[in-house]
Amino acid sequence: MGFAVEKIRADFPILQRQVHNKPLIYFDNAATSQKPKAVIDALVHYYSFQNANIHRGVHALSQEATDAYEQARDQLQHFFNARHRQEIIFTAGTTHSINIVAHGYRSILKPGDEIIVGQAEHHSNIVPWQMACDLTGAVLKVLPIDNNGQLKLQALNELLGVKTKLIVVNHVSNALGTINPIEEIIEKAHSIGAKVLVDGAQASSHIKVDLQKLNVDYYTTSAHKMCGPTGVGMLYGKKALLEALPPYQGGGEMIKEVYFEGTTYAGLPHKFEAGTPNIAGGIGFGAAILYLNSIGLEEIAAYEHDLLVYATDELKQIQGLKIYGDVVEKTAVVSFNIEGIHPYDVGTLLDQMGIAVRTGQHCAQPVMDFYGIPGTVRASLAFYNTKEEIDILVKGVQRAVNMLL
Amino acid sequence: MSSQAQQEIIEEFALFDDWMDKYEHLIELGKTLPLIQEQYKTDQYIIKGCQSKVWLRAEQKEGFVYFSADSDAIITKGIVSVLIRAFSGMSPQDIVNAPTDFINEIGLSDHLSPTRANGLVAMIKQMKLYATAFAAQNNA
Repeated sequence: MGFAVEKIRADFPILQRQVHNKPLIYFDNAATSQKPKAVIDALVHYYSFQNANIHRGVHALSQEATDAYEQARDQLQHFFNARHRQEIIFTAGTTHSINIVAHGYRSILKPGDEIIVGQAEHHSNIVPWQMACDLTGAVLKVLPIDNNGQLKLQALNELLGVKTKLIVVNHVSNALGTINPIEEIIEKAHSIGAKVLVDGAQASSHIKVDLQKLNVDYYTTSAHKMCGPTGVGMLYGKKALLEALPPYQGGGEMIKEVYFEGTTYAGLPHKFEAGTPNIAGGIGFGAAILYLNSIGLEEIAAYEHDLLVYATDELKQIQGLKIYGDVVEKTAVVSFNIEGIHPYDVGTLLDQMGIAVRTGQHCAQPVMDFYGIPGTVRASLAFYNTKEEIDILVKGVQRAVNMLL
Repeated sequence: MSSQAQQEIIEEFALFDDWMDKYEHLIELGKTLPLIQEQYKTDQYIIKGCQSKVWLRAEQKEGFVYFSADSDAIITKGIVSVLIRAFSGMSPQDIVNAPTDFINEIGLSDHLSPTRANGLVAMIKQMKLYATAFAAQNNA
């Protein structure tokens, strides 16, 4: 049985619209995914029928809202196969998740301690660690990539040492789509007693993640990259580690008892969830998980891989086109440039044709510096895209090239 | 009040219905850009706020201001070229006072992506800053 892409496309209202009088072709899924009606409906339903503050209300609405929100936590626990539900922290997104951990490490790191960071990280997984290092005297070391954008694991052996406290690395590069061998990295880190934080923002809607099997220490993601709403995400951490990590923000929800002489903190997960959370967002996140499950992540991955291979082969027919990170192990992202043409020009003309791509540095300036380029054109595909759309993209790029050269 | 150069630009762009044709025209105009000399392609002349690099320089000759520029992106070159055509050869005070609604009239600002529109605003601002400096210098 084939992948029922037409039926799936009908679930996404936005795919019906036009841009510049052309049917929208949305190839900017790595920036944010589109939302199926099931997720939009969940938000509308919550605000229409269940809206109340959660966890402390005495009334029925509050109880219903609390149940719906906490049910979403259960869905996340099962989707990622975490051992305990308290290990799932709702956050505002991946950036927030990373900052929670990095902030906590300000009290853990000692001068001379080392954090190893991948060279192809999003700025969100670089800057919080630089800030933590600046404050503690710890040192940030860079795990380099090779010309294909893949981490040099050989170099990791040399970087790892008794001072290594943490390795922070993405599961999938947002700029290139390359999948990192995180299993191996985690094993190596653990063998010397270091911990690993994985930025999973670009992986979660493409790769099935089993947190227990992976044995990762911290894993982060954003709902909006997985068909869910913006402004909500997840921090997973092993229970013992999260218990040892100091809280990030103070406020309501995260406390047990408050006296002016001193305050005791709530247990997990609430210790890291200060203030009224994004309740609708959490519920929408749960709806997105249900939606992805209804299609199946393995089926999604297989279909997207077909799209990737097709797009890669077709784009390569264009003279002077170079793909960055052209490797086997990658998600459906094609990051490219055409010799002699600025990526911004290509993106602007594609936009006129109704095709949405991202151009620029993709919040990963070190990757662009590594290649010595101002940026790339990034077409990032999702399971609701089609080969016909790829054909239009390829024709569009060719047309842009003819105009620009 | 629009200058004659601005009026010409408006009329020129009105000839094209399709935005792809307008872009084609912009690309052509990029080729007529009075290029900044290589030695001035430094951080001192770079305009911030653009996703592509833009260098812009102004000179005053016999009371009139002349601009030269360059960019690493072709469409950006076209946009700077349009702006330079609109403002080059005017007196500093005229540039300071010049309206910029011709940009809206040719539909350029509506049709640019937010990052590019910011870049456009930054370019106009820089041109007016140069003119303001010359005007102050002349009055001193």
